[in-house]
Amino acid sequence: MAEQPAKIYGTIGSFETPKELIHASEVLRDAGYTRFETFTPFPVHGIEKAMGLKDTKLPWIVLAMAIGGLIAGIGLQCFTNGIEMDWYLTGYRYLISGKSQTYIPTMVPVVFELTVLLSAFGAIFGMFALNKLPMFYHPTFKHKLFERVTDDRFFIAIEAMDTRYNSELAREILEKVGAEHIEELED
Amino acid sequence: MTIKRTDELLKENFRPGIDLEPLVQGSHDFHSITEMVCAVNERKTPKAWYVAFFAALCVLGLLGAMIAYLVYFGTGVWGLNNPVNWGFAIVNFVFWVGIGHAGTLISAVLFLFRQNWRTAINRWAEAMTIFAVMCAGLFPGIHVGRPWLAYWMFPIPNQMDLWPQFKSPLLWDVFAVSTYATVSFLFWYMGMIPDLATLRDRAKGFPRLMYGIFSMGWRGATRHWQSYERAYMILAALATPLVLSVHTIVSYDFAVSIVPGWHTTIFPPYFVAGAVFSGFGMVMTLLVPFRKMLQLEDLVTKRHLDNMCKIMLATGSIVGYAYCIELFIAWYSGSGFERGTFWLRATGQSAFAYWTMFLCNVITPQIFWFKKCRNSLPIMFVASIFVNIGMWFERYVIVLTLENDYLPSSWGKYTPTAIDILTLVGSFGLFFTFFLLFVRFLPIFAISEIKGIMPQADPHRDVKKGA
Repeated sequence: MAEQPAKIYGTIGSFETPKELIHASEVLRDAGYTRFETFTPFPVHGIEKAMGLKDTKLPWIVLAMAIGGLIAGIGLQCFTNGIEMDWYLTGYRYLISGKSQTYIPTMVPVVFELTVLLSAFGAIFGMFALNKLPMFYHPTFKHKLFERVTDDRFFIAIEAMDTRYNSELAREILEKVGAEHIEELED
Repeated sequence: MTIKRTDELLKENFRPGIDLEPLVQGSHDFHSITEMVCAVNERKTPKAWYVAFFAALCVLGLLGAMIAYLVYFGTGVWGLNNPVNWGFAIVNFVFWVGIGHAGTLISAVLFLFRQNWRTAINRWAEAMTIFAVMCAGLFPGIHVGRPWLAYWMFPIPNQMDLWPQFKSPLLWDVFAVSTYATVSFLFWYMGMIPDLATLRDRAKGFPRLMYGIFSMGWRGATRHWQSYERAYMILAALATPLVLSVHTIVSYDFAVSIVPGWHTTIFPPYFVAGAVFSGFGMVMTLLVPFRKMLQLEDLVTKRHLDNMCKIMLATGSIVGYAYCIELFIAWYSGSGFERGTFWLRATGQSAFAYWTMFLCNVITPQIFWFKKCRNSLPIMFVASIFVNIGMWFERYVIVLTLENDYLPSSWGKYTPTAIDILTLVGSFGLFFTFFLLFVRFLPIFAISEIKGIMPQADPHRDVKKGA
């Protein structure tokens, strides 16, 4: 079989300071690039704005999970302690200290805990889903210096997905903003 | 453009007497922080670690033996008797859960209050939370008498159509503690992912594979950080009411009953303050020697310890206030049984426990009014040990209220057996075994968060200034 031409992921360059990275992001954003990504060892303040990113949808996932937890908590207690029926799975009517079987104050702790538990699941697993983690392979890992992204280097990558992507132009603009170790990476 | 080191930046900008001491001492840039923290995991295992780990394993073995003995013979091997149906198991449970609370306070509450100094101790304290909650969870599990049926505490459909009774505080505890353990663990793990990636990128061979799996392919992309930071914020906002609810519900175990001395509304806030107080005591006990041993004094500075002492002073004073209000309300209530309960606590057969509690918890933290005490490592260390002891005795005093109930003819005396005491000792083995494993194999400081609070991380700072 003939060898396919390698697919290109994009062009990547690196900086030593967060300030330079923010400057580079602003230049790319103003040049009209939308599919570019920055990589940093810690969250850099203000970079989302420099890149022109939209806010994350995560809070809505958490809200949905919280409402689910709330309903689950109330439903669980009303069903298990208040309902008897001829069904293979039935609750059991407990009469405790003369309180009604759907007495709200005693339900609060369990409802609260289930709401918090499911919201936390929403926050963490929602974050994993939005970020598509775990992802053990990524083209950027091929860059010879990329191991230092978790240490002290700041990277910027213009992805080939961008409609304006052009190998030479990308290299040129990255050189112009002062990036070092510029490489084009295969997907 | 190259990055400057912290001491250079300090020379340019620090105004003595006006600015706070920097949170990262010494001469550092991003790379040296990575080096310093990763060195803890990467250097050859010190002999002292093996010795400590072996000792911890032996004590853990003791715990195993005590539990096996208990399961074989039943709860009769403990010092429980008829008026005192709750003994060491509940005391230890409340003690360990309380210790856990400082970790959540540091990681969540201080985060919401934008207390940057938390970055140096949060990972550490969260780990302590998780191991403390493991120890806590053990005790209700084994004290049910038939531990193999402990799963009946959860609402699992069964052929008997029987369900837990949701109006019981003991069941609320099951939900509160298991939620707390789960959320704390997830929060801890999520916070660790970027640092596991740092270790992955530095490791070779098998460790690289393991760190690689657990860091999930983290590559520090800004779109990732965006969701990550939001998730972190949401979890902090969830963990804050959660930690308050957990110890509130633990206090309901007592306060919802009608036993004199227990049936009070002050219990929830008093328990929460006590939990944070005891937890900070434990953080201090661990931090003071370990920061020296692991050569991390640049990250855990005197300013951090000073702040922790102040929190201990604040929460310790709340606890002292609660003790006094309890006495006042007992008198003010006009109820003979309330008055009698507190009179017997202070003068009765277990008065030694009451006064140990009072001296350790009320007097000890007051020394932190003095800057000298907040700056002296030995004083801090000894004080933190006293706090740990005092807070254990607080729960002991509360549980032993059962000795003197409404009916004087049924009054009795509780004496712990050797099994009780060795089980408590053994739980420390469980705690320290996990703690030592954590110190050896996981990033013990939040590397990425520390970098984020360094002056170099601020992109709006003019890096050329003064150059």
